[in-house]
Amino acid sequence: MTGPELTPSRLSYLSLLREVEDLFYAEADLLDERRYDRWLDLFTEDVVYWMPMRKNVAWEERERDITAEDDVAWIHDDKEMLRKRVQQLLTGIHWAEEPLSRVSHLITNVRIVDPVTALAEGDAMSVKCRFFVYRNRLETETDTLVGRREDTLRRVAGELRVARRKIVIEQSVLLAKNLTVFL
Amino acid sequence: MRSLNGSARALVDVAAGEISREIFVNPDIYREEQERVFARAWLYVGHESQIRNPGDFTVSRMGEESVILTRDRAARIHVFLNSCRHRGMKVCRYDDGNTRSFICPYHAWSYDLDGRLVGVQDYDNSYRPPFDKSQWGLVEAAQLANFRGTIWATWDRNAPEFDDFLGGARFALDLGLRPWDGSDGETEVLGSTQKWIVPSNWKFIAENFAGDALHVVSHRSVDMVGIGPSKGPGRRDDYGKPYLAAYPGGHGVNYGVTPPVKERKNYAGSPATQAYFQRCWEKRVARMGDKAGIVPLIGTIFPNMSFHLQQPRTILVSHPRGPCETEMWRVYLVDKDAPDEVKRYLRSYYIRYSGPAGMTEQDDMENWSYATTASRGPIARRHPYNYKSCLGSEAGRSDLIPGFVTERNTTEQNPRMLYKRWAEYMDADDWRALVPAASDAPP
Repeated sequence: MTGPELTPSRLSYLSLLREVEDLFYAEADLLDERRYDRWLDLFTEDVVYWMPMRKNVAWEERERDITAEDDVAWIHDDKEMLRKRVQQLLTGIHWAEEPLSRVSHLITNVRIVDPVTALAEGDAMSVKCRFFVYRNRLETETDTLVGRREDTLRRVAGELRVARRKIVIEQSVLLAKNLTVFL
Repeated sequence: MRSLNGSARALVDVAAGEISREIFVNPDIYREEQERVFARAWLYVGHESQIRNPGDFTVSRMGEESVILTRDRAARIHVFLNSCRHRGMKVCRYDDGNTRSFICPYHAWSYDLDGRLVGVQDYDNSYRPPFDKSQWGLVEAAQLANFRGTIWATWDRNAPEFDDFLGGARFALDLGLRPWDGSDGETEVLGSTQKWIVPSNWKFIAENFAGDALHVVSHRSVDMVGIGPSKGPGRRDDYGKPYLAAYPGGHGVNYGVTPPVKERKNYAGSPATQAYFQRCWEKRVARMGDKAGIVPLIGTIFPNMSFHLQQPRTILVSHPRGPCETEMWRVYLVDKDAPDEVKRYLRSYYIRYSGPAGMTEQDDMENWSYATTASRGPIARRHPYNYKSCLGSEAGRSDLIPGFVTERNTTEQNPRMLYKRWAEYMDADDWRALVPAASDAPP
């Protein structure tokens, strides 16, 4: 047999990875089906939802190509602000999303970064993925938002919840006129 | 240069409050605008705090063109066209940093921080007779001004002094760019610049900030949800009584005036910020007395520098990229000496308000972009826009605030003044025809 054996620990890891994927795919469905209230439940109360900006910098300063946490960002929200963004979408008069955009979230390259095979209640782990988000609104307005996500997932009451999300978009000058879509 | 031959005024009928849709979509008008407005007017380039040390640089834009804002070894500030004199390649393709020189990646021409051409490949062998390198430095702005840390430049050596260009609007920038305590202390840019593309003509954006209190309906949703710095509904603290002032230079400012009360409960969502604001307010009242409560809230310095200088506190430059496309550059401002906790709180408030993800500005972009699209059609273009609010009934003089001042903040006098000045730029052949500002009465 080639490759890793299906030991109990390997099976546990695969099960955990599948659980992460299930979470992300379910999240994508909640967003694309516009069930924003339910989507909020996927985040812990102490979540940090952060979308830094990107810069063109010299090679020797390349760590600055993602803006630091104490810098201006595209979005730097807590749970309360995420709730407010959802409330705003649900007013029916948030003109940037009224009528609502058509959105599909494609989540891929899901990878558990930490060497864990299981996650106990209250524990957290770091997970990376890619997102490809297509947004189309009104007649022909179209945005493609592509990038990397680094999530910290914590087990809360048996379920995986997002305790921290870093969204790294692959654009310096944002080509979309606004960011009304959750990533 | 092709000319509208004095016809810009015909497109902008300020007396009737009617403005042609052509000026928002017509490519010929747009091209002429680049020459007659953006190559002439003073333009906001950046902030001193972005280039504190010799060798620091940050790129910016003036109109459609990339420029470099930098500080040379003698600590002098320069604004250069970001284009090699040999074949035009950008000599700086980083957003910011620190460097000893600007070296073109194409043929390795190199320029010192003061713009001098210092290196040309194979200069000694290939250039006989040698050309005069001193004539081939980076193209530098004709004039530069540093106004309370903000750096402005113009390509036109005949442009008036920056103070004269501002006219009465100087009052707004002078107040708004001071720290909260009203002193001569420093205000600084809070980190990096937000840059994003909006499919809109730049003038919709400029007029929106110059004075458009009628667009409150656009922001009903964020007001219902509440994102202000003191929690609760709305998006900012009470700013007192509103005034609008228009300036003949095309600038427009929305002011708020609060009486010099002892205590103000601003920024109640953060005890540290509230305490800092209150300390500053007390010093401000002691320093400025009855005038302490005059604050420039929102405005536009013609042509494309717009600001909020109270809540939030930010500069937006609407860089044109075509008749129907604008690149927005937004920076946020804080008192340099404010505690870090205060800066953190303000940053969080500012970016939930403004920028592409800002819960207020998101809706503005929707308006500007679809207003631009709807200006394009041949039938649409036959029908001018209506800028008639409070036409002919406003604007007097005030002891508090310079300019043509009115308490009727539903007036469209500020956009009218902006377009009147725009037409003057478009019709004038040079600055002699623009100085003094021909608009000497409120439109």
